[in-house]
Amino acid sequence: MKSSVITFPGSNCDRDMDVALKKFGFKNKMVWHADTELPKSDLVVLPGGFSYGDYLRCGSMASKSKIMQSVINFANSGGMVMGICNGFQILVETGLVPGVLLRNKYLEFICKNVFVKINDKKNKYFKNVDNEVLEFHIAHNEGNYFCTNDQLKEIEDNNQIAINYCDENGKIEDQFNPNGSLKNIAGIFNKEKNVLGMMPHPERMIDTSLSGEDGSLFFKNLINNLK
Amino acid sequence: MKISVIITLKKDVLDPQGKVIHQTLDGMGFQDINEVRQGKYFEIDTKETDNDKAKAKVEEMCKKLLANLVIENYKIIDPK
Repeated sequence: MKSSVITFPGSNCDRDMDVALKKFGFKNKMVWHADTELPKSDLVVLPGGFSYGDYLRCGSMASKSKIMQSVINFANSGGMVMGICNGFQILVETGLVPGVLLRNKYLEFICKNVFVKINDKKNKYFKNVDNEVLEFHIAHNEGNYFCTNDQLKEIEDNNQIAINYCDENGKIEDQFNPNGSLKNIAGIFNKEKNVLGMMPHPERMIDTSLSGEDGSLFFKNLINNLK
Repeated sequence: MKISVIITLKKDVLDPQGKVIHQTLDGMGFQDINEVRQGKYFEIDTKETDNDKAKAKVEEMCKKLLANLVIENYKIIDPK
């Protein structure tokens, strides 16, 4: 399976993602934002970080960079595109997934482990994951998911919510919402569910000695689903 | 020609920064404030000399980059 990770000026989780993808069997290539062509890929990842210093709005500049037109075309033709953290912010700015990510409700940069509940498994990202709840890591200042009422209705009607913030037992309540996100939304799909944007970092949970293994579960499962 | 643009958050969108500014002003003794909303201001110096054409271009910039229309409104100020 081939993957590509796009590096923007200010990306800082691109190499972590490279390590994670390779660990679970992807042949990964790093792609520079100013390139125009994507290498042949089964998965494209927009990594976390602070592309363009978060100027204007997080992800807004990166969403207009040269490589993104190829990424958008790839996504529109059914290609798997995953945006993590800043990558999620870039995805919403391209319009590939609905909504926006606002400043965290209490204006704090949040860096901690969280639990997320998988809302939908009829997609290549979460199909066959045995767990209902995963422990991932978040580190962001603008992760407060928001969309219009019309968009929310559409998202819910199409079952586009991927994961919600919850407690370790999968209870989705306000007190387990770290950043004020609408409906505790931590990740969302496009309508066709080939594009996934999420704030949590699975690539930070791939080593028992450093963190946890729930990222390992996610990546092992993902590569099997793509085969 | 210089054109200015003001971007503001839409009414229903939470503005935590505006809220904190409000609280701080309140603490400083400015106690008659109903609400503070924070926005952005841009000055765009363009080579275009035709007023209408310049405004139309800036409007396109607002829609494509400067504002996110899910949460923000933009207002173009007439060039002088």
